[in-house]
Amino acid sequence: MAKQASAKDILLTPVFDNNPITLQILGICSALAVTSKLDTALVMAIALTAVTAFSNLFIAMIRTQIPASIRMIVQMVIIASLVIVVDQILQAYAFTLAKQLSVFVGLIITNCIVMGRAEAFAMQNPPWASFLDGIGNGLGYSLMLIALGVVRELFGSGKLFGYEILPLVKDGGWYEPNGLLLLPPSAFFLIGLFIWALRTWKKEQQEAAVFRLAPQVKEGD
Amino acid sequence: MEHLLSLFVRAVFIENMALAFFLGMCSFIAISKKVETAIGLGIAVIAVQVITLPANNLVYTYLLKDGALAWAGLPDVDLSYLGFLTYIGVIAAIVQILEMALDKYLPALYNALGIFLPLITVNCVIMAGSLFMVERDYNFSESVVYGFGSGLSWALAIALLAGIREKLKYSDVPAGLQGLGIAFIIIGLMSLGFMSFSGVQL
Repeated sequence: MAKQASAKDILLTPVFDNNPITLQILGICSALAVTSKLDTALVMAIALTAVTAFSNLFIAMIRTQIPASIRMIVQMVIIASLVIVVDQILQAYAFTLAKQLSVFVGLIITNCIVMGRAEAFAMQNPPWASFLDGIGNGLGYSLMLIALGVVRELFGSGKLFGYEILPLVKDGGWYEPNGLLLLPPSAFFLIGLFIWALRTWKKEQQEAAVFRLAPQVKEGD
Repeated sequence: MEHLLSLFVRAVFIENMALAFFLGMCSFIAISKKVETAIGLGIAVIAVQVITLPANNLVYTYLLKDGALAWAGLPDVDLSYLGFLTYIGVIAAIVQILEMALDKYLPALYNALGIFLPLITVNCVIMAGSLFMVERDYNFSESVVYGFGSGLSWALAIALLAGIREKLKYSDVPAGLQGLGIAFIIIGLMSLGFMSFSGVQL
């Protein structure tokens, strides 16, 4: 098996060409609520990448032993155990962040990326390739999350990681923060715009329209 | 009673699972192309939510909470870190049982909802309902009301979105925004609309 050449593909394809969020519509569930600040977005991205990578690794290791009829339960138990580990680590070393993330760490269990990659990739591939696939998909998700986090925190409150980048009007600066960006709707708008930008760049990802409008015809033509 | 009513209104409108907390987005976008299927999935979510939330509430109160095992002679045991694993297990088991029970006793309903049930195990709304219930310390009756309210909030949102998307396919959308992109913008606008409920207090 030519692993050297394809390892890079496995790692990088999910980042742009097959991004889990913009193309596969996976894992948006628990993603958006944590992006109003960059530090929570970053922690969430790291947590999800770790869980996806390791669940893929462990599932790929035992893939030949799992009976097909109970594979869902087995995958679920592995994922849930990993999430418990991540949650306990966060509570031990970053308690305030864990509080801010509240239920969203737990929701990594039901995040479709983890389950989807376990089912679609790790069940058919050897451990090392599955591990890379997990990291790649985690990176695709992280990229989106961090991009959203940067835009929302920078323009919503003029800060990054809590440090002031754009001096605010109320502190004698020039930047009037856009409060809408801290509210839920802005996350949807931003994702929509990101998808638009990505699909203008990568034309093959565009979806075909269900109905095409007939061009307007001038009278007399 | 008033307290429960206000909890219900808050769960449906102000803390809408889909539009304020972004939960259940995968199926929210994937299954919202037709109104009929959207309503079917919505009803399935309500049903599962109403059953699993109180069940998880009982599991939490009598098995997992700090000191909850006092009745078994183990007053110092705190199993709350096993929460995630337990809730997802309870949810998966209940969905499976519900599927088999519907298949046997209500085949008509099974034909309508059956295909959605396996999807629901990994729907974040269900899991989030249980986690919010634990985080906010709801008691048993509150968990029943919250289960119904949060399920209904999601069903309402997906039915509305499906209605809009059915009309949307006749509109002239820029090529890059077609499909997923425009769906997100629409959800954003809906979410903006639902924010106007945020001042409502009973």
